[in-house]
Amino acid sequence: MAATVAAHASSIQGVPPESSSGMTYRTNPKTGEKVSLLGFGMMRLPMEDGRFDQETVNEFVDYALAHGVNYFDSSPVYCQGLSEKATGDALRRHPRESYFVATKLSNFNKDNRTREGSIKMYRDSFENLGVGYIDYYLLHSVGGGSGLEEFEDRYINNGMLDFLMEERDAGRIRNLGFSYHGDISVFDYLLAHHDKYHWDFVQIQLNYLDWKYAKLVNKRNTAAEYLYGELSKRGIPAVIMEPLLGGRLANVPESIAARMKQRDPDRSIASWAFRFAGSQPDVLTVLSGMTRMEHIEDNLSSLAPLQPLTKDDLDFLQEIAAKMMEFDTIPCTDCKYCMPCPYGIDIPAIFRHYNKCIADDNVPASSRDVNYHKARRAFLIGYDRSVPKLRQADHCIGCGRCARHCPQRIEIPKELRRIDKYIERLKQELI
Amino acid sequence: MLRKIRISLAVLSILAVTLLFLDFTGTVHAYLGWMAKIQFLPALLALNVGVIAALVVLTLIFGRVYCSVICPLGILQDGIAWLGRRGKKNRLKYGWSPEKKWLRYTMLGVMAVAIIAGIGSLVALLAPYSAYGRIVQSLFAPVYGWGNNALAYLAERKESYAFYRTDVWLKGLSTLIVAAVTLIVLAILAWRNGRTYCNTICPVGTVLSFFSRFAMFRPVIDKEKCKNCKLCEHRCKAACINIDGHKIDYSRCVDCFDCLDNCKFDALKYRFAWGKEIPEQVRNDTQGVRNDAQEAGAESKGTDAGRRAFLVGTALAVGSVALKAQKDKADGAMAVIGDQDDDLEEKKVDGGLAPIKEKKRPARKTPLVPPGAGSLKKFSRHCTACQLCVSVCPNGVLRPSTGLLTLMQPESSYERGYCRPECTKCSEVCPSGAIRKITREEKTAIQIGRAVWVKENCLAARGRRCDNCAQHCPAGAIQMIEMDLDGRTRKVPLVDENKCIGCGACENLCPARPYSGIYVEGYTIHNDI
Repeated sequence: MAATVAAHASSIQGVPPESSSGMTYRTNPKTGEKVSLLGFGMMRLPMEDGRFDQETVNEFVDYALAHGVNYFDSSPVYCQGLSEKATGDALRRHPRESYFVATKLSNFNKDNRTREGSIKMYRDSFENLGVGYIDYYLLHSVGGGSGLEEFEDRYINNGMLDFLMEERDAGRIRNLGFSYHGDISVFDYLLAHHDKYHWDFVQIQLNYLDWKYAKLVNKRNTAAEYLYGELSKRGIPAVIMEPLLGGRLANVPESIAARMKQRDPDRSIASWAFRFAGSQPDVLTVLSGMTRMEHIEDNLSSLAPLQPLTKDDLDFLQEIAAKMMEFDTIPCTDCKYCMPCPYGIDIPAIFRHYNKCIADDNVPASSRDVNYHKARRAFLIGYDRSVPKLRQADHCIGCGRCARHCPQRIEIPKELRRIDKYIERLKQELI
Repeated sequence: MLRKIRISLAVLSILAVTLLFLDFTGTVHAYLGWMAKIQFLPALLALNVGVIAALVVLTLIFGRVYCSVICPLGILQDGIAWLGRRGKKNRLKYGWSPEKKWLRYTMLGVMAVAIIAGIGSLVALLAPYSAYGRIVQSLFAPVYGWGNNALAYLAERKESYAFYRTDVWLKGLSTLIVAAVTLIVLAILAWRNGRTYCNTICPVGTVLSFFSRFAMFRPVIDKEKCKNCKLCEHRCKAACINIDGHKIDYSRCVDCFDCLDNCKFDALKYRFAWGKEIPEQVRNDTQGVRNDAQEAGAESKGTDAGRRAFLVGTALAVGSVALKAQKDKADGAMAVIGDQDDDLEEKKVDGGLAPIKEKKRPARKTPLVPPGAGSLKKFSRHCTACQLCVSVCPNGVLRPSTGLLTLMQPESSYERGYCRPECTKCSEVCPSGAIRKITREEKTAIQIGRAVWVKENCLAARGRRCDNCAQHCPAGAIQMIEMDLDGRTRKVPLVDENKCIGCGACENLCPARPYSGIYVEGYTIHNDI
């Protein structure tokens, strides 16, 4: 790795090292810096028993840097609060100018929503990341909860937004932006006041499913086409999150996977999603929460370099999206914002299992289904395998603490109860 | 030839019974369940006249073949004895010993009294098939379970659903101890002297001996051909051949046919011999004592020592069990969760799993027994504590009890799961009629207990929004009602005892830990709705 580090040392901020392997870079219009089209999301790093293996994180970061990735996105709350430190520890081993690091003001909790709490969180980020300045700093997940009211509570009433703008002026924040989910009035409000806040970038959820159908998935969401259009119009670079919907666009139903493979047998299913996001010209970087080395390799093959989608490809993906909408999956992206559930329920694991069963056609609707016995066995045994008994949906008491944290605005208790009722009927062979 | 047939059948038979106890999925019961139902004592307790009559007739015709090919404990001892006989100096280790009538009949008497008086634990201790079931369930089933889990682990990696994980847990410490002590004592006895247990303690052996004395077919010594080499006597694991008098004690002969194959002079034949030599046989017993007093002295000393070990071991086990039971009671005293009062802290970071406290068993005034049992009394009188139901319960509900009188007999508890509406497995496998066979529909109408609300533990009673018990009650017996508690209106569960069947869904799924805010109290007599 020493050679790689040396290679980065010679590079200057924003200019990719010569050794990088064909990565596509986008230019930040404000700073002129070159940002790799593939960004590393530090939210899905592999954990075991609530801990990181720092060696693994280092390995991932080194590999990504060596292959031209230079954007790393973390948050104080990710991975049970350990992501920033692990990210910092891995990046610290490289020259500061060889990477851009992004983190957020994740002041969701009542305690850190105060000015003091928020400033402490901000300062802690420097400490954890081990940096003197932060390249990209975000107001985390605006539009969530009660919308504008909550936004004001988190950033306006406590003076935090003013504070952060001062920090930007002081150079400790090089780019200030926000990540957005949920209430569109907050998004519109913030963009309407662009001349006041001067957003350097905005992070949005964009993928070929949400491009047009976000509202169909959940009526409180907004089509990515609109979000992107609004940013593009104002010349604000877009950072893309959930390009793969937490893996749901990599694990599509068999019939859909077949069509994608027929069109391009050499590309992975996931690569379609990355190329879709990357093909939008005003996208600065596409974040991917990579849990395994293979994810990094596959994503590199999609974006380093990017082979943009043709008009035909885009039409094809819209067709695929329409097909995907026929499946009644739960729009969980496994971001774990809902976790930990105070009653110990593994919410994302339950949804993941349910979605997998839908994709694998293992959710029998009736005992007259041809594959009923096989599907029932796969569903029930798979359930016990994916979710320990004490963490299954039947232990959800519906307290609702999870729902307000969900960026996808899934009505979690309702969905859990629905799945539980279905499982109960499946167990009792009542369907 | 006969010996080979006997061994083949015995091996098949013990494999089948063992599989019954190991197979937690319950699939082999459809094919082999009858193997448990033809066991003598369970059939007797189930008042299965057909099976008992067939076994009596079988014994009257062929002798105690039951003990050699049907009884798994007998076959187990044969296996151990075979191991103990290996090596040159051990080949001829056995010898004639007189019948210990006083011990046999005392044990039979104890058994009879235990059955009549309903002392289930004593019946369970003496019943041979149940002793075997206990050994397999307590000592071998965990190994089988772990093996299965290893396969399930591999299957999971290959996305196959052929195997699934099963929980391996200590179902009852006292039963485990009893099983282990039984196995050790039996192994010592069988290793040294073959069928000692079967011919001194086993009440089933004693009962069958009444009939085998008169068996139509039996091994007979041809005095003309016999050269008094005593090869047969020294290889008789039932110690029932007395070559000095050319007599065989048919009350103890288990028809293993070892003697037939061993005789070099063709002097032993298994043949029709009805009504012959019986009076002589009886006389022979007393004669034997005199004749072989010296020779048998050493032997019987050994046997006595072994027997003493058995009794002392049992006494120890019972003692330890009693202590355990008392301790359990103390532990089970209803407690209130301390940390429940603090309001849940708002989460600060994303991800991770909240730790879950294990549930503790509430102190039930009346034990719970599965639907189909009828009543506690009827159940404890019929159950031989073979653990078949325990091994097949997929919900972790059944486990051997620790009560002194019902020791090792199963009882229900809901810390690990609850008695699910679609499951009637225990009632399907029970060989002794202790759990009558019921259908799913019948199950919905059998009340084995009633849910009791524990205000102190209930989360809803202190203002948390929770109605999980009402949501999951399969009988629809729980509704949430408003109640004034400590000056505030709370929505809390109200149990309709007319509808509640005591399945424990509410108790098991209650979020209050370690003690649930609602638990099931048993009925002494089950109730049909």
